[in-house]
Amino acid sequence: METLLNDFSPGLFAVQTVLLLLLIFLMVKFAWKPIISSLTEREEGIQGALDAAEKARREMANLQADNQKLLQEARLERETMIKEARELKTKMIAEAEAEAQVQANKMIIQAQAAIESEKKAAMAELKSQVAGLSLEIAEKVVRNELSNKDKQLELVESMLGEATLN
Amino acid sequence: MRVFQQSFKFLALTVLVFLSTTVYAQSSHHEDGGQIDTREEVDAYIAHHLQDSHDFTFFSYTNDEGERKHAGFPLPMILWSSEGLVTFMSSEFHHNDDGHVIVEKNGLKFAKIHSKIYELEAGATAVNFDAEHHATNGARVLDFSITKSVVGILVIGLLMFFWFVRLAKQYKTKTIPTGFGRVLEPLVLYVRDEIARPNIGEKHYRKFTGYLLTVFFFIWLLNMVGLTPLGFNVTGQIAVTACLAIFTLIIYAVSGNKDFWMHILWMPGVPILIRPILAVIELVGTFIIKPFSLLVRLFANITAGHTVIMALIAIMFVMKDTLGVAGATGLSFILSVLIMFIEVLVAFLQAYIFTMLSALFIGMAVAEHDHEHDHKIVDTEDVRSDFV
Repeated sequence: METLLNDFSPGLFAVQTVLLLLLIFLMVKFAWKPIISSLTEREEGIQGALDAAEKARREMANLQADNQKLLQEARLERETMIKEARELKTKMIAEAEAEAQVQANKMIIQAQAAIESEKKAAMAELKSQVAGLSLEIAEKVVRNELSNKDKQLELVESMLGEATLN
Repeated sequence: MRVFQQSFKFLALTVLVFLSTTVYAQSSHHEDGGQIDTREEVDAYIAHHLQDSHDFTFFSYTNDEGERKHAGFPLPMILWSSEGLVTFMSSEFHHNDDGHVIVEKNGLKFAKIHSKIYELEAGATAVNFDAEHHATNGARVLDFSITKSVVGILVIGLLMFFWFVRLAKQYKTKTIPTGFGRVLEPLVLYVRDEIARPNIGEKHYRKFTGYLLTVFFFIWLLNMVGLTPLGFNVTGQIAVTACLAIFTLIIYAVSGNKDFWMHILWMPGVPILIRPILAVIELVGTFIIKPFSLLVRLFANITAGHTVIMALIAIMFVMKDTLGVAGATGLSFILSVLIMFIEVLVAFLQAYIFTMLSALFIGMAVAEHDHEHDHKIVDTEDVRSDFV
C-alpha cells in the first residue's frame, strides 16, 4: 500500500484528468455524436424498410384473400343461379304438363259432350225417321192389306228390307 | 483501405518525427553497466519499467568504450517547485535515476530518484539517503512533465480522434463504411449494444455512450501499446487508472436520481434503526469501494501482465547457467509467447470490464425502481461483483 501511494503521481493524475476531459469532449463532439446518430439513422432506415416490406406483404396477402373470396362468392352465385334455373325449368315443365293435362282433359270432356249431343241428335233424327218410315210402312201395309193380302205381305217384306238397308 | 493506409502513414510519421529529431546517445552514470544477470537486477529492472519514465528510450546498449548509450529522445520536464514553474529537458538528468545527477535551475537543485523528482533543501549539494534509501534532504515536487505515459496518452488520443472522426466523416457520404471504418464500426456497435444499452437501460443509455466509448477505446488501445516493445505502461500507472475511476464516480454521482440517493442514505423497506448503519455501508460502497475496485482492478491486471512477461523474458538470463543458453532462451520464448496471447486477451478484457462496470454503476444510479424490493438483491449482487 505504501509503495502504491508512493507511486501515485499527482502531476500525472492532473495531466491525465485534463487530457481525458479534452479527449472525451472532442470525441463526443466530433466522433461519437455523428457516428451514433448516423448508425441510429441507418438502423431506423433498415427498420422502416423492413416494416414497409412487411406491410406490403400483408396488403398483398389481404388482396389475395379478397380475390379468393370474390372468386368463391362468384362461384357460389353461379351455382345458385344454375340451381335456380334448373328448378325453374323443372317447375315450368311441370306446370306446362299440368296445364296441358288440364287442357286435354277439358278437351276430352268437351269432345265427349259433343259426341254425346251429336249422338243424341242422331238418335232423335233416327227415331223420327224410324217413326216416319214406320208410319209410311204402316200406311202402305194398311193400304195393301186392304187390297190383297198376299200383296200386302210382300210389300211389308220388301219394305222391311228397305228399312234395314236404311 | 485508403483510411487504413492513411492512419498507418500517420503512425509511421509520428514515430519518424520522434526518431529523426531526437535520436541521441548519451553516456550515463549507471552503475549496472547495462548488464542484467542476477535476480536482484531483474527485479530492479522490472520495478523501473513499471514506473513512469521521463525519457522516451527505445533501446540501450553499451558501446566499445564501455559507455552506456540510450537511443530515444528526451521529454520536457514541467515542475511546480517552491519557486514556481520550472521547465527543462529530461536529457539534463543523463538517464540517471538514483539521485546522483543534480540539475540546477532557477537556483533550485533537482534530483531524479526512481522516476520521482525531488527538490533539494537550500544549501544541499547531494542527496542524502536514510537506511531505507529514502531521500532525507529533499521534497517531492508536483511533476506535470510530459512523461512517457503522457506521450502515450497523447498519441493514443490523437489516433482515436483521427480514426473515429474519419469514420464519422464516412457516414456523410455512405451508409456503410469502407476500409478501416469497417473494423471500427462493429466495435462501436458492440460498446453501445452490449455494454451501454443493457447495463444503463434503454431510456438513459444515450447520454453516457460517448463517455463509455471514449474510455473503452482509450483503455484498450493503451493496454495494447503497453504490449509492444515501445514499453508504454500507461494503464499500469495508478494515477491514470485513478483518474478514470474518479471520472466514472463523478458521472454516476452527478447523474444519480432521487431513488439512488434514497437507497444510499435512507434505505426503504428496512427497520429504522438499521437505516443509518446501512447508509454508512452504502456510502462507503458507492464512493470508495466501487471506484477503488475499478482503479485497482485495471492497475493490478496490467502491472501483473507486464511483470509476468518481463519475468518470463528474464528466464533467458537467470536460468542461463542451469539450462544452457539455448534451453533458457527457448523456454523463455515459448512461455513469453503463450503469456503474450493471454495478455492480448487481458488487454481487451480489462477495457471491457472497466467499461462494463462503469456502465453498470451508472445504470444503477439512473435506474427507475418499480418495486422497492428488487433493489436489495441488485445491491448484494453488485457488492459481490466488486470483490470478485
